Amino acid sequence: MIQLSGVRYRYETMVMAYDLTVERGSLVTVIGPSGAGKSTLLNLIAGFDRPQAGRVLIDGQDMTDRRPAARPITMLFQDHNLFGHLTVRQNVGLGIHPGLRLTRPDEAAIEEALARVGLAGFAGRRPWQLSGGERQRVALARSLVRHRPVLLLDEPFAALGPAQRRSMIGLVEDLRTDAGFTVVMVTHQTDDLHRVSGRAIFLEDGSIVADAPTRQMLTNPPHPAVAAYLGL
Amino acid sequence: MIWGWLAAAVVLGSIAASVAGLWLGAGFQPDRFVGGYTLGILGFTVLEAGLSMLLSVGLAIPAARALARRTRFPGRVPLIALLALPMVVPPLVGVLAIVQIWGRSGLVSRAAQALGLETSINVYGLTGILLAHVFFNMPFATRMLLQAWASIPGEHWRLARQLGLGGPGVFRFVEWPVLRRALPSAAALVFLLCFTSFAIVLALGGGPPNATLEVAIFQAVRFDLDFGLALALAAIQVTVCAAVLIGLGRLQRTAPLGLGIDPPAVRPDLDGRWGRIGDGAAITLVAAVLLVPLAAIAVDGLLGPVAEALSRSALWWAAARSLALAVGSAALAVALGLAIVSTLRELRVRHGRPRLAGGMEAASSLVLVVPPFVLAAGWFLLLRPVLDVFAYGLGLVLVANVLISLPFVVRVVTPAATMTFERTWRLADSLGMAGWRRVCLIDLPALRRPVGLAYGIAAALAFGDLGVIAMFGTNDTQTLPLYLYQLIGAYRMGEASVVGLLLVVCCLGLFALGDRVMGRARA
Repeated sequence: MIQLSGVRYRYETMVMAYDLTVERGSLVTVIGPSGAGKSTLLNLIAGFDRPQAGRVLIDGQDMTDRRPAARPITMLFQDHNLFGHLTVRQNVGLGIHPGLRLTRPDEAAIEEALARVGLAGFAGRRPWQLSGGERQRVALARSLVRHRPVLLLDEPFAALGPAQRRSMIGLVEDLRTDAGFTVVMVTHQTDDLHRVSGRAIFLEDGSIVADAPTRQMLTNPPHPAVAAYLGL
Repeated sequence: MIWGWLAAAVVLGSIAASVAGLWLGAGFQPDRFVGGYTLGILGFTVLEAGLSMLLSVGLAIPAARALARRTRFPGRVPLIALLALPMVVPPLVGVLAIVQIWGRSGLVSRAAQALGLETSINVYGLTGILLAHVFFNMPFATRMLLQAWASIPGEHWRLARQLGLGGPGVFRFVEWPVLRRALPSAAALVFLLCFTSFAIVLALGGGPPNATLEVAIFQAVRFDLDFGLALALAAIQVTVCAAVLIGLGRLQRTAPLGLGIDPPAVRPDLDGRWGRIGDGAAITLVAAVLLVPLAAIAVDGLLGPVAEALSRSALWWAAARSLALAVGSAALAVALGLAIVSTLRELRVRHGRPRLAGGMEAASSLVLVVPPFVLAAGWFLLLRPVLDVFAYGLGLVLVANVLISLPFVVRVVTPAATMTFERTWRLADSLGMAGWRRVCLIDLPALRRPVGLAYGIAAALAFGDLGVIAMFGTNDTQTLPLYLYQLIGAYRMGEASVVGLLLVVCCLGLFALGDRVMGRARA
């Protein structure tokens, strides 16, 4: 369970305030106009940004002062999730050992994770030999071998085509139910969300102005700002 | 379009004239190419350039890394800005500073004597050449490598923090890949600059065994009138320079001339005690390499016999000639450069001929391969039968300086000019804007800054250059750098200090004139 209580973060002239609870194993989708603070919300949970006030808890433990690597979190960015000069195997292996000292069982775990994301046999390739979707699958495979129960997605599928995007979201949903991940996902493409379960939150000017089941958020918005954003 | 081709023809024509001159004047003497003398010169040139490159780049790596890691210490921004300064300090003034610090009665030996120690550093020879080359090239290399660090995507730093990479991991996975890409071109560029170094080696070499190819060509033409030897040496030099450039593929297209100070990335590996000490040492070292000579120039110049030095009319005549030379050759270089850039961007954007555009850019940079000294030797031979070369020396110096500045102008202006063209050409075409209208209404406002910067660099380079003028200069055509060289040669070091400071101040003034005054947009 992720809890943000009384979190305040100031960036230049904008003051952001978040109070949020995400149930264990659930999926929360974050939508809202650009500049609303969606990425900042993820950066605060992941520990890349430090709040000026408030606490970030995961499963009851206080994360506020922990560095990113010490949090049970994997975050996927829109781009540059892989190191271009390392093979797929090494890029995934970094999730097991940050110096790439890998044992036989580790190698097996990497192969298994790659197979799970549909990239069996890709271990020897390098990022430039992969399509955009395949690269993000490698990043997902890394999140599998890390065994960190929270997955934060900062628009990692934004550059993919509609079919690719839908299949990636399907993969994330499978991983959530199989591996028990808790997922927070930022997206702009609300069309993809109609088949997604869970909750959606709507951000505007650095605060959460609406919080509802995803389907309701998209079809029967609880707040006029959401309707305006969706163009309903 | 036509102007760019004309400009390229002028550049290629002046180079062809030189080659023709060398060929006609000397004939082909194959036995001159391989001999004890030429091989000795080549060996020394490779040795000093290789060592200068290793020292400059080797020291620049920790310095650039430390500057990239420590983003908050006081003085960081001015220090990074000052890294560009040696580019506009005339080579001879750098020599002067090295002598003032390391020479027999310099700072170091006086300090050592005060402590009762004996020093035995002889700056005349390889040691002095290396010290001067490190002063000029280490800050330059640091700046180039700093840009490599700035090119690391922010996500990689966040990834490193998330994966818990420590110092070794950060270096191996995040930093080394970009460093490995930047190192070859930085090393090759520094090697070439030192391989073709003239004024520094002439002033500090102390004689034939310590001569680079450039200095040997100069001596062969000016003193021995041995043109066969000059041709052989020139051919060797062009071959090596071309081999380095071709072997490298191509040097990076964007020269590190802009001043980039980037938003600091949060790094996971900054807390270690040894890291702090190492970074502190590296930053201190680059600051010392850069600032101590600059301070020596300023202090010795101000404490020297100012009134005596400034009372000589020869000084003011030389300064006036240098000023005219600088202003004129910079204007010509900018005009030629703009003509070339305007054509090559049309080739690249409108006509989709990137190779032809690349060829044009390469033609404008040919002086990097065929150094000005070789050019001058050729012109000398070609023109000697028809006119008194020494009387027209300044004209040849002007042409040489235009060619020296041209690659800088093209590199500084091309990115902005191409971007402006990409954004505006369809609109401008549809509105029927062409020729001068387009230049005045679209290009000049957009390109004011890079053009001003290019003018400043070109003028400062021309003002401080001791190259071709050493070949053709007489008492009637003396420039300020040549005047300074003669003061140093006569061991009038007090006066030389004053003139050196004057030279630096003038170069900085010309640079600021271009960069600040011309480059500043009128609001």
